[in-house]
This record gives sequence, structure tokens and C-alpha cells, in this order.
Amino acid sequence: MVDTAKKKEKPPVVESLLAPGHRACAGCGEALAARLIMDAAGSNTIVATTTGCLEVFSTPYPESAWKVAWIHSLFENSSAVAAGIEVGLRALGREAGINIIAQGGDGATADIGIGCLSGMFERGHNILYICYDNEAYMNTGVQRSGLTPFDSHTSTSPSGSVSWGNPTEKKPLPQIAAAHGIPYVAVATAGYPVDLQNKVKRALSIKGPKYLQVHVPCPLGWAHKPEDTIEIGRLAVLTGLYPIYEMENGEVTKVRKLGKKRLPVEAYLKPQGRFRHLFAKPEGKEEIKRIQKIADGNIERFGLV
Amino acid sequence: MSKPVGIVTKPGSSKANKTGSWRTTRPVFLHKDCNDCRICVMVCPDGVIFGSDSSYDADLDYCKGCGICARECPKEDIEMVLEVK
Repeated sequence: MVDTAKKKEKPPVVESLLAPGHRACAGCGEALAARLIMDAAGSNTIVATTTGCLEVFSTPYPESAWKVAWIHSLFENSSAVAAGIEVGLRALGREAGINIIAQGGDGATADIGIGCLSGMFERGHNILYICYDNEAYMNTGVQRSGLTPFDSHTSTSPSGSVSWGNPTEKKPLPQIAAAHGIPYVAVATAGYPVDLQNKVKRALSIKGPKYLQVHVPCPLGWAHKPEDTIEIGRLAVLTGLYPIYEMENGEVTKVRKLGKKRLPVEAYLKPQGRFRHLFAKPEGKEEIKRIQKIADGNIERFGLV
Repeated sequence: MSKPVGIVTKPGSSKANKTGSWRTTRPVFLHKDCNDCRICVMVCPDGVIFGSDSSYDADLDYCKGCGICARECPKEDIEMVLEVK
């Protein structure tokens, strides 16, 4: 035990606003991120969630893990539901001090719900939209989405003798959000929990539509060990494949620099089963070079070193 | 007569489901080198590590045994042991 006399007293740990007992897999990055986000936002929060893993594991009938006001409607419309809540509160004159969060997975955000999301940005609602980016439709059995990375194996982009997996790169969703002229866009990861909570607090202090994309490792879909969830999140940042940054009014204002900690992309690809095929054949080296090129592009674009 | 639309339930009622039965490995908090950093509390996906003052333990009713706490502990003060019955 350490001498505690010199240190600042910390209050005992209290239960999170996302209660235990939910059905997320062991080591779920999304459950971790959702819990951290709720604790950063506080109890005075109304949450609208899309269909997806997050909704299914947190609200098995007739239970709910949420200890804040929470609503689920459809796959595509959490941003529209949240917009209705925000306008309703304003009409009643009760909007002061209430955080409104709309959230969804990468499929609900980048593919199915991008229309509703764009509308929410364009109308200027005071809502924080959170995209939990686990890079595929995990809830229905790992189908590819618009945010699935290049060469990743999914059930609808299988790797094999004629394919290296997903043929496309990630949709640049933060840039699409920023192009709407919204005041705050940020990218975070479950791999850096303190940074994630700071970004949530910063976003909620700004009035207007905000977009936060959180990289959440998925032990099931990415086929990595459950205890490696945080490490994989960190490796994505350190290899340059998932740069984390903040944008205000369309300009990048803050990036997490890599400096000497920079790693080759193999460090991130190797522990994950969804990239296993790249290491199984000698031709995979060429594919890894293409992935390194994507990382190098990010590093140059955001000035990460 | 009005009819209810959708399902309304009590906040945090998922606690009725004890996910501890999923576990194959269990975290053992050694309480030797703990420096009260609370990283284990921060990184637990289920939020089931409680305590204060360098004395933390997982609530084994809910801990799924993922092992993130043991992996991330900078002092290696948490050990994962196989659950045997």
C-alpha cells in the first residue's frame, strides 16, 4: 500500500450511469465507451439510440441498463428523434441544463441514418451526435459498413482466393460532418478513455450540433482477445490508421501527435483475426504496403509526427 | 381509452441479470503495489470495479472476466485466475 496521507482524497467509486448486467460481450469496447460517455455527460441527459449492438445489449426486454432518460425508435432516426426532443424542450422553455445525446453505431450513422443526421446538422439543433465506430454491422453478424476499413474480412466482404476483404476505404464521416459548418467535430477512441471523456465534456459545453466519432474495438467482429480491447484502440492511433483530433468550425484545431511512439501498421493488424489473411500468404505483403500508405497519408494530412 | 406505446422500464433494471456466470477467468486484486490510479475502474467495460483508497475489487456478480483491468494495471497488481468449481 502507498502512503495516502500526501495524496488528495478521492471519493469512493460509485455505480456508473450505464448499469452492469447488460449483455455486451466480455471486453466490449462499445460498452466501455458508452459507460465513459454517460459518466462524462452526467445524469441530466436525454439519450436517443439507434438500433444496433448498443441498443440490443443494453435493453433486453423487460430490462434496461440505462440510468438516464433513454429512447429507441428505429435504425436510422436517433438524430431525428433527438431533434424532436430538443425542439419540444425548447417549446416548453425547459431546455436549460439538459444535455441531449443522439447515438448510433457506424452502420446506423454512415449508411442507414446519414440522411437524418445531415438534417439534424443542417437545422442546427443543440445535440451531440455520437457514432460508435466498430467498423461493421456487429449485431447482425459482422457485415461490412461504410466505415469498414480497407482489406478487413467481414461476412459480406470475405477474404479468399479472389479477394483480400473489404475493397473500399473508410467513409470520411468527420469531414462530411464538418462540411455542414457545425461548430464541433471530434474523433476519439476507447483506447484513450480520459481523452474521450474530455471531448464529451468539451462538446456538451458548445451550443449547436456536434459530432463525435469513437473508435470502439470489438473482440467478436475483429477477432482479438477480449483483454486487448484498450491496447488495440491505442495501436490504431499509434500506427496512424485512426488519427484522433478535434475540429472547430471546419478547421482542425487539435491532433494527438505520435512522435517517437509511431508504429508500423503490422503492429495493429497482427493481433486481429479480421486481418489474418494478410499474413497467411506472401502476396499479403503488398496489401500491407497499401494499408501503410493509408496510414502515411493520415500522418501527413494531420501532421501527426 | 389510451393505450401505451412502446415499452417503459425502470432505469438500471438490467442488474437483475447477473452476468458473472459468463466468466471463465476471475480478476484477483493483489492489493500489494496499488498506487490508487484507478485505471482499472476507468477501463472496466461493465463498470463493476468498486472501492476506495488503494483497495479495489471487482463485483463478481457481474464481472465477465474479460481481463482488461489486469492487462492495463501499470503495477501488475491484478491477476487473472481460472474459475474452477
